[in-house]
Amino acid sequence: MSKSKSAYSTPGKQGKFDTHIIVVWVDNEAGVLARVVGLFSGRGYNIESLAVAEVDAKLNISRITIVTTGTPQVIQQIKLQLKKLVPVHKVADFKREDKKVIFKEMALFKLVGNNLKIQKAYKACKKYNPVILDKTNKSHVIQITALRREIDKMTKNLKKFGLVSVSRTGAVAMTRGSEIFK
Amino acid sequence: MSKLYSGAEIVFKCLEDQGVKYIFGYPGGAVLPIYDELKNFDSIKHILVRHEQGAGHAAEGYARSTGKPGVLLVTSGPGATNAVTALTDAYMDSIPLVCISGQVPTHLIGTDAFQEADTTGITRPCTKHNWLVKDIKDLPEVIHKAFEVATTGRPGPVLVDIPKDIQFQKTNYIKNKKKKKLNGKNNNKFSQKDINELIKLMNKATKPIFYTGGGVINSGPKASELLRELVHMSGFPITSTLQGLGSYPGEDSQFLGMLGMHGSYEANNAMHDCDLMINIGARFDDRITGKIDEFSPNSKKVHIDIDPSSINKNVKVDLPIVGDVSEVINSTIKTIKKIKPEFTKSNKQKISKWWEKIQKWRSVNSFNFVNSDETIKPQYAIQRLYELTKKKDTYITTEVGQHQMWAAQHYKFDKPNRWMTSGGLGTMGYGLPAAVGVQVAHPNKLVIDIAGEASVLMTMQEMSTAVQYSLPIKIFILNNEYMGMVRQWQELLHDKNYSESYTAALPDFVKLAEAYGCLGLRAKTPSELDDKIIEMINTDKPVIFDCLVDKQENCFPMIPSGKPHNQMLLGPQDQKNKKITGKGKTLV
Repeated sequence: MSKSKSAYSTPGKQGKFDTHIIVVWVDNEAGVLARVVGLFSGRGYNIESLAVAEVDAKLNISRITIVTTGTPQVIQQIKLQLKKLVPVHKVADFKREDKKVIFKEMALFKLVGNNLKIQKAYKACKKYNPVILDKTNKSHVIQITALRREIDKMTKNLKKFGLVSVSRTGAVAMTRGSEIFK
Repeated sequence: MSKLYSGAEIVFKCLEDQGVKYIFGYPGGAVLPIYDELKNFDSIKHILVRHEQGAGHAAEGYARSTGKPGVLLVTSGPGATNAVTALTDAYMDSIPLVCISGQVPTHLIGTDAFQEADTTGITRPCTKHNWLVKDIKDLPEVIHKAFEVATTGRPGPVLVDIPKDIQFQKTNYIKNKKKKKLNGKNNNKFSQKDINELIKLMNKATKPIFYTGGGVINSGPKASELLRELVHMSGFPITSTLQGLGSYPGEDSQFLGMLGMHGSYEANNAMHDCDLMINIGARFDDRITGKIDEFSPNSKKVHIDIDPSSINKNVKVDLPIVGDVSEVINSTIKTIKKIKPEFTKSNKQKISKWWEKIQKWRSVNSFNFVNSDETIKPQYAIQRLYELTKKKDTYITTEVGQHQMWAAQHYKFDKPNRWMTSGGLGTMGYGLPAAVGVQVAHPNKLVIDIAGEASVLMTMQEMSTAVQYSLPIKIFILNNEYMGMVRQWQELLHDKNYSESYTAALPDFVKLAEAYGCLGLRAKTPSELDDKIIEMINTDKPVIFDCLVDKQENCFPMIPSGKPHNQMLLGPQDQKNKKITGKGKTLV
């Protein structure tokens, strides 16, 4: 127990943290991303990754996918607070373990080294739909699509094959089957 | 082809359309085109403040005392940043404000132009929504939308930032169209099932309590009427938050007084021991709940709120009802009358033991204090002020600190919209400009700012506004020369190290009043207090009343230090017995 003489209560017991993927459909207008991100930082919520782009040019709708962690209460608050924002149309929330939802992230790896090393790297990526996007005598750029933690693993594994640069998109999500989230 | 209007004209056409009568503002370079149009719109009166924060609080006072949105007009840069405190204050206390700010011309945005600030960026976290209007064609719709967002659902402040070139450009005016639905943000979707469940709980309870808040006030005067009916019908005790005072008559026997950190002994104990808590339009604020883990441990909790994000934010509840307070209460009363007409009678029997217990707590008389013949006790001053003004329909505003708590404890309200205080943000300097706004809205009513000498100096300049518009506000200063609440905490928690909480070189408030062109009064002894208060009330111009009170008085009772509701610290007598120690110190 700290000895600080604060005007506020001390924190209570903290619940278990879950990882959730929150998908937000918003009007594609100036400042909308700042509103969403500002809500997270202002209220002390986490953002692990963030992906955003316009998905409907006619209706002017962007889709924001945020990976976040928090206790069930915090996740509930995040959803309710997001729904209050004026440009937000709907909010979906998926647990990472949810089998009904596909999560994917894309990564680009730049590898520098001899052909042998690069072949090995390509082989290591085999499971994750590798595509070679650029090739020179000394270097390759490989694209993979995979889960977040698989990409984490690959960035570690590829170090020994001459990985010099990584760029990744952040997770995007979509439900399986014919249904769409209303 | 229809007539084209300039952006500046459109601003006023929208305000006219929205029924705005008063705007509070301060001119500057980036809003000059709007100020230029002011003369052409007779139905809108501009109140020139002395600082943009004052404009914001005045607009808040106007809004809270009328239930209509308050409007302020400020310039770019410092004009807008000065308004930020008031916007944040309104955001915390859910007050509908529409702030119109000027901005540098669009081609200069982002160039660090003179008096440029990222106003929409700065105000994003302290408004419900804000807009930077970059196309003149959007302007009418944006302003109408701004009013809609500010006043629907849980009310709050909004801001419309209008670059100077947009104010000159011309376009068609579009009248406000009443929309049925606001982008799914209107949350009034409770079901009859919820109401039935509530009545079931009410019927079962043996130790129930109503805990009501500012949401009742925000729901309109009808909500207060319905609340009274429901409370009488049920026979349940009722307590109110600081913001909810006035929604239920303060002198009624079912009313237990305010709850929370400086609330009454009976209210807090009843909250702790109850078996059914019905929260109506309150938000389980940390000043109310004390230690969350031990907050009302054995009760079923019902939470009625228009804002879904208020539910389960701080305290988990058993029955959430998302909806407008007056509609939920109305539906509850109707259902009781229909399905349980015998409820009113059978119920009172059932909770009679509970009332006996409450009477015992009540007999402690926790707002009591040791009066004196020589020095004016601040509580006594407020009691006298109340007795001498209660026959009039008086509007009270306050600053923030001890005087605010004493006012909440000792001034009894029996109507909603009569009590304006900064609760969520706790803004010192709120009360004086708020009184200006209240008096603008109610020119013939008695408006008193119960103030502390430290708070009131933060926005003292607005006295000049009061004089300019002949607003006879009364500034009743409980002057103890200390930032009283700071001093109290230092006394109780920091070993009486009164670090920087004493104000040396205070102005002579009587002379200050005279300098502003109003009347200054001073009371030094209890014996002269009544006459001076009467003189203040009978003066038809602004008054600064310097009431010299006991410098050492502390505000009791209080929930100290890591304690739940049922372990309150009572007055000086009780305090000797229970010293705050160790762990407790972290929690006051």
